[in-house]
Amino acid sequence: MNKLRLFFLSRRSWTLPYLIFSIIFVIVPLLLIVVYAFTDDAGRMTLENFRKFLAHPEAVNTFIYSIGIAILTTIGCIVLGYPAAWILSRSNSSYSRTLILLFILPMWVNILIRTLATVALFDFASLPLGEGALIFGMIYNFIPFMIYPIYNTLQKMDPSYVEAAQDLGANSFQVFWKVVFPLSMPGVVSGIMMVFMPTISTFAIAELLTMNNIKLFGTTIQENINNSMWNYGAALSLIMLFLIAATSLFSSDEKSDSEKGGQVW
Amino acid sequence: MQSEIKPIIEVKGVSKFFGEKTALDNINLSIKKGEFVTILGPSGCGKTTLLRLIAGFQTASEGVIRIAGEEITQTPPHKRPVNTVFQKYALFPHLNVYDNIAFGLKLKKMPKDTVLKKVKAALKMVGMTDYEYRDVNSLSGGQQQRVAIARAIVNEPEVLLLDEPLAALDLKMRKDMQMELKEMHKTLGITFVYVTHDQEEALTLSDTIVVMSEGRIQQIGTPTDIYNEPINSFVADFIGESNILNGVMVKDKLVHFCDRDFECVDEGFGENTPVDVVIRPEDLYIFPVSDMAQLRGTVQSCIFKGVHYEMVVLCHGYEFVVQDYHAFEAGTEVGMLVKPFDIHIMKKERICNTFEGKLIDETHVEFLGCEFECAPVDLQKVSLGDVLVDVDFGKINLLDNAEDGMLTGEIKFILYKGNHYHLTVWSDWDENVFVDTNDVWDDGDRVGISIAPEDIRVRVKQEER
Repeated sequence: MNKLRLFFLSRRSWTLPYLIFSIIFVIVPLLLIVVYAFTDDAGRMTLENFRKFLAHPEAVNTFIYSIGIAILTTIGCIVLGYPAAWILSRSNSSYSRTLILLFILPMWVNILIRTLATVALFDFASLPLGEGALIFGMIYNFIPFMIYPIYNTLQKMDPSYVEAAQDLGANSFQVFWKVVFPLSMPGVVSGIMMVFMPTISTFAIAELLTMNNIKLFGTTIQENINNSMWNYGAALSLIMLFLIAATSLFSSDEKSDSEKGGQVW
Repeated sequence: MQSEIKPIIEVKGVSKFFGEKTALDNINLSIKKGEFVTILGPSGCGKTTLLRLIAGFQTASEGVIRIAGEEITQTPPHKRPVNTVFQKYALFPHLNVYDNIAFGLKLKKMPKDTVLKKVKAALKMVGMTDYEYRDVNSLSGGQQQRVAIARAIVNEPEVLLLDEPLAALDLKMRKDMQMELKEMHKTLGITFVYVTHDQEEALTLSDTIVVMSEGRIQQIGTPTDIYNEPINSFVADFIGESNILNGVMVKDKLVHFCDRDFECVDEGFGENTPVDVVIRPEDLYIFPVSDMAQLRGTVQSCIFKGVHYEMVVLCHGYEFVVQDYHAFEAGTEVGMLVKPFDIHIMKKERICNTFEGKLIDETHVEFLGCEFECAPVDLQKVSLGDVLVDVDFGKINLLDNAEDGMLTGEIKFILYKGNHYHLTVWSDWDENVFVDTNDVWDDGDRVGISIAPEDIRVRVKQEER
């Protein structure tokens, strides 16, 4: 009896439901992906799936093209998002709250609805769908994830750093490039993680905004799995996971020597 | 010779408002070249604002600031010939010690070898040789402070501004750094403007102390002047410990307090004028009762303070704080003596509260934003409309429950006057109300204020001449 009570009162036992959930829906599927990637239809161990990927120039091209699009999207988000975050962090509080809400508001609308609306908008303005529309749609969908972490770091930054730089003779431009920007790097890195990784794997935006004319890596995976090519699909997923893991390793490296930042995770 | 006399910093009629709040109220200050000036005051007195105006992080709402004869009131901070040492150091965390110190020099596009030489010299100055390539986050508080000082002085500014630079250090470290700062000031020969709330630090370091309170300068003088001749009860209470009592100046060189007349050295107050009497605890001689005693009392408590004993002596209803090398145990009858030149007399800034108000009818007057009932006013003498209202300090009642009062306020300053407390209450009408009371209140307490009708005295407002 006493033991049972202790069990329920201990803080660790409260994490149990989530632990069970994540085992079923995160860990097991991940293991399944690994198992499927290294086996064939009959369940034999093989590296055939990876060989197929490397031998298939089309798949490799899609892969490289996806990374290219993801990089462009990420750069676009930084170029547009940084100034926005800067303006937000500088404006007085009551005004900036409304502004933040305006930036976050689109995130509450489902991504598919937003993308369909973008398609309608392009039709209405009689703009062609395709690569341009794809990058526009990606930036539009992912920019809040860039603005928020940058805004967070900028806002938490001690204003005395800026004052110290001014005091030592830096004009506004020098203050920004020599102090504010380097100190906001943790926010930028965190923004890159939040934008770059999901953009590699998107497929819905690509399908809708290019009328299925441009294929991204996500689309390839989805097609393979939809066509019951589980093993090949799993191998492609694993390659993508590996890439994502590599980016996050790179950014956590960056983080360790930067000071307190406003990471979202 | 002329340029020597010319002040390096001139602050003329400077005020600063934050919305409705007045942070600085008509500040006039002139600082000589090479001086070590300390701006001293409790938190919220405007001392940091004044420093920030000189540094250029904020601009004055009114008035003019000149540095080295040049008007810089609107000049942005990066064009001013001053450098600042910040309270929390503000060292750039993404740069190492060397790059932090070289920051200002690199902006000036100085050649690399000059930068290296200057940074090394600055590090040597602050006793941090060989720390060039250390990460600033790995340094201790004291070391960070030294780097912050090096970063400022390496630019060879005309004026070094220091904003409570030692506040974050522990006592021992603070004492060491004080000595080093004083040494540095001597070697560099530049002007130091130092902001602190620590009166001991101010007394130790400064050539000149500027005591501030509530956005105004209370007194400017050398440490000895300020300590020995405080201009008002605020300064006396803030600098060192003091016994502050109500007294009456009977005539020149004779003051009455604690039920007897004392000889003193002050004159020119007029006859039978109410004054504040200040006696430092170390200026009271304490000894077993004898004929020499001017005052007789009973020791209430005795605490060992390291070098001396601090005793509280009750005498004629007044509590005196006395410091002496000899201990007298609680309950002992003692005699006390004070020499004439150790009695400091200060003019009272006011002897009662005076408010501007409006007489509404015979028995109602409006002031402090409220309508008060008052004793019937003779309308033959005082006409309706603008009037002055007097209320004695002791006739204002403070109530625990803020809602019970006619208006509310916050206790801002407490002065113990031997047998009662003199409180400054900042009313919600943004006017100070001064109150004498025997009750114990705390700084920052919210209180209700009420005044009985018979204690409100209405008089004619004199036409301004």
